[in-house]
Amino acid sequence: MSNTAKHLSVSVWRGFADGHYQTFEVPRQDNQTVLDVVTWIQRNTEPSLAYRFACRVGVCGSCAMTVNGRPRWTCRTHISKVVDQDGKLELAPLANLPPIKDLVADMRPFFDKWEKAEGKFHPSKTRVDPMATISPETTKRQAADKAIECINCGVCYAACDSVRWNPAYLGPAALNRAWTLANDERDAGGPQRLKAVSANGGCHSCHSHQSCEQHCPIGLNPTESIAGLKRLTVDAYIRGELS
Amino acid sequence: MSVRNTAYRGNMLWIAAMIHRVSGVLLALFLPFHFLVLGLALEGEAALDGFLIWTENPLVKFAEMGLVFLLTIHLLGGLRVLVIENLPWREDHKTLATLTTSIAAVVAFVFLTRVL
Repeated sequence: MSNTAKHLSVSVWRGFADGHYQTFEVPRQDNQTVLDVVTWIQRNTEPSLAYRFACRVGVCGSCAMTVNGRPRWTCRTHISKVVDQDGKLELAPLANLPPIKDLVADMRPFFDKWEKAEGKFHPSKTRVDPMATISPETTKRQAADKAIECINCGVCYAACDSVRWNPAYLGPAALNRAWTLANDERDAGGPQRLKAVSANGGCHSCHSHQSCEQHCPIGLNPTESIAGLKRLTVDAYIRGELS
Repeated sequence: MSVRNTAYRGNMLWIAAMIHRVSGVLLALFLPFHFLVLGLALEGEAALDGFLIWTENPLVKFAEMGLVFLLTIHLLGGLRVLVIENLPWREDHKTLATLTTSIAAVVAFVFLTRVL
């Protein structure tokens, strides 16, 4: 603390898409997350400041914002990671989503695309059938396990230029989810899912920039999942299953 | 005023993707001039030879080095994308991106040493 400013100078996006940055002075502390800073502003200076959070411990995925120009979970971002000795910090809503107000982005397009990518489980059995036995050692289950921990925070979506340049693109999270289901041996929605993810805006719209992989807060790799979908859909196309 | 939200760009793999894209655009811009030069042959031997003599200028050789760099890095960048999308996942994509750029730079330099 001795070499750093005692206050943070925090520029916060206010208003809607045509809004502006408003600067707040916030006391700097040894242990302080970006979410702590936003909460301090709302409780002490600007009660009308809109932001979204729930768990505060990196489980719910609701507090993602743009921090100094890049998407992050604010609850798991320590101030020392993102602020230099000048103590300047800039906050805005997640990119590639319509802003609602201040730091809150409308997540509906994100979840709409999740559904459009057939990101839901299609059961192949009923409740009276015996429980499916899935070996954790199979290649498919290991591929699903590798991508399964996504909590829908939208960080990858906000860091994706393919989403930015092509609004129809389903985005890394939705396609990553589709990949986990494509590898779920209990799922019966494979054919319709492959059609969904190979349509306009599907996996073949990904340019493999790998920004999603670089920014996922829990180290998932949607680029790898999307590459898997590309191979699956090409195989299906060659077999005549996508016509 | 607009939101500043593009700082996620600039990591090595993003730069590798952009180099691949920009090199492709520059090569596409070069292509019509290449065909124009080939078209000089239709006007006669003298027209083409006159241009080819002009290309002996060292400055043109330096420009050709840039062209060789673009061609090599675009080719290798394309192979890198094919590796990403078609082979089992590798964890060394930053190394591959670095290799791509390094090999293109070496090839361009070797070209220059041979034509100057």
